[in-house]
Amino acid sequence: MATPAYGEITRNGLWKNNPALVQLLGLCPLLAVTGSVVNAIGLGLATTGVLTSSNLAVSLVRRQMPDTVRLPASVMIIATFVTCVELLMQAYTYELYLMLGIFIPLIVTNCAILGRADAFASKNSALPSLVDGFMMGIGFTAVLITVGAVREILGQGTLFSNMDLLLGPIAKDWRITVLGSHYPGALVAVLPPGAFLVTGLLIAAKNAIDTGIEKHRSQKVKIVPGSKRVRVTGRIV
Amino acid sequence: MSLMRATSPHARSGDNTAKVMLQVAAATAPGVLAMVIYFGIGVLINIALCVVTALLCEAAVMKLRGRPAAFYLRDYSAFVTALLLGIALPSYCAWWLPVVGSAVAIVLSKHLYGGMGYNPFNPAMVGYVVLLISFPVDMTRWVGAAEVIGGAPSISEAVSLVFGSYNIDGFTRATPLEIVRLNESVLLSQLYEIEPIFSRGTFAGVGWETISFGFLLGGLFLLFRRVITWHAPVAMLATLALLSLLFYDSGSSLSEGSPLLHLFSGATMFGAFFIITDPVSGATSNKGRLIFGAGVGLFTYIIRAWGSYPDALAFAVLLMNFAAPTIDNYTLPRTYGHKRPRSATDLEER
Repeated sequence: MATPAYGEITRNGLWKNNPALVQLLGLCPLLAVTGSVVNAIGLGLATTGVLTSSNLAVSLVRRQMPDTVRLPASVMIIATFVTCVELLMQAYTYELYLMLGIFIPLIVTNCAILGRADAFASKNSALPSLVDGFMMGIGFTAVLITVGAVREILGQGTLFSNMDLLLGPIAKDWRITVLGSHYPGALVAVLPPGAFLVTGLLIAAKNAIDTGIEKHRSQKVKIVPGSKRVRVTGRIV
Repeated sequence: MSLMRATSPHARSGDNTAKVMLQVAAATAPGVLAMVIYFGIGVLINIALCVVTALLCEAAVMKLRGRPAAFYLRDYSAFVTALLLGIALPSYCAWWLPVVGSAVAIVLSKHLYGGMGYNPFNPAMVGYVVLLISFPVDMTRWVGAAEVIGGAPSISEAVSLVFGSYNIDGFTRATPLEIVRLNESVLLSQLYEIEPIFSRGTFAGVGWETISFGFLLGGLFLLFRRVITWHAPVAMLATLALLSLLFYDSGSSLSEGSPLLHLFSGATMFGAFFIITDPVSGATSNKGRLIFGAGVGLFTYIIRAWGSYPDALAFAVLLMNFAAPTIDNYTLPRTYGHKRPRSATDLEER
């Protein structure tokens, strides 16, 4: 299998094959911890870290792994990196670690990570795998942050509250009150149904944008006057 | 409703969606009138806000979907959804509650699932539940009946309650279901003497029992006009009555309330005749409707008695909406000429 170009890998991770919006992988953390931006960034960065390093490691040992134990071996590698991230978060962002709770160890079972290890890293060399892991992670994080931001604004009327848990005392005053101090806060946005609603609407928005781009592109194709092809099924590109 | 067609000439009834919907709307009149008498004009403000928002949303979505807006607005389905939501909301709630709820009902619950005839959940109840779990405080403040609080809010008071910052607390009272639920100390018979809402009424709280009779009357009209069948309402009311009788506890301080209280207070009658009879989100066959109605009655009682909300009809309806396709699958009617019911997925007769 030919290794795709880095531009293609980047486009896949961020948009075309986005783990959260297209592959619909890693939905459990996506739905569970995106109540606020800080939670979303925390979990997103942890996932990106694990995804990048596990992709690199799996790619490096891919020739030594017989097919029969490929999945268990990948899981062991991923679990190792998750433990590292967990310990790091305990050391540097303890309160955030407590807030995210079980969802940090659960990164091990995040299908997006195992999916990339199996679908990409076990078939490609080290550097493309590293880039793929990083881009997939960033794409996942971007969706987490978007969902987190929408839910935080609708649910609490604020944005970037508690950012100091992640970034230290500099971020203490980052909290923006978006919807005024009298906003009552739609609890449904913070509760699980809100996560499903916002994620669903986000997927719909992505599909709408894709359809729009496609339409725009197909309009650009000029029909050459005097063309001999009179009747075609499907679009001429 | 019989769908069987004989050979020509056909006698056709002039029923269409618009006519059915307008009959449903007309049937809410006695209940709404009773609400106006006991709680003042709050319910009318709610209905107006809901209807305006719903029609605007319906038109906007139809424009987005590239369908003729005027044609779909004339079938009155959005109007009825908004009307039912407006009745269900507490009177004199802030203006944005009906607006948000109505928009959720039409856009999220109806059109995202494909529009009229395709929604798996009852739109009015989805709007209500979204509001209830989002704004529990505002959604559980009911004004007391006029006889209890010394006159319902006047029109100017109503306007400042809904659009201004006028505080509603001076007008609110616990509903009959809440009083019985929170009671742990006195016998039910004593409670009926102490609490003005019961002592001025007959058996289910002043105001509430009359309103329930109003909706019962409207429901009987719909039955008489054959807009709805008796199966779902009767099954629901029977289940609710049976359960409340079983757990009545002869009126001790821990009693969950008498069957009459459960039948004629809260949203029971309104739900039985106007909500669970929705032909889209409910079960299809008559046997299915019996099961559907019984399920709604069961869940309503369970949540009322042991859940954390004083009334539960909306949750019960949504839970049974989930179950409706399964119920339909197991209650297929036998078609003529076949020995047993067959589903479309059966390949050949067994």
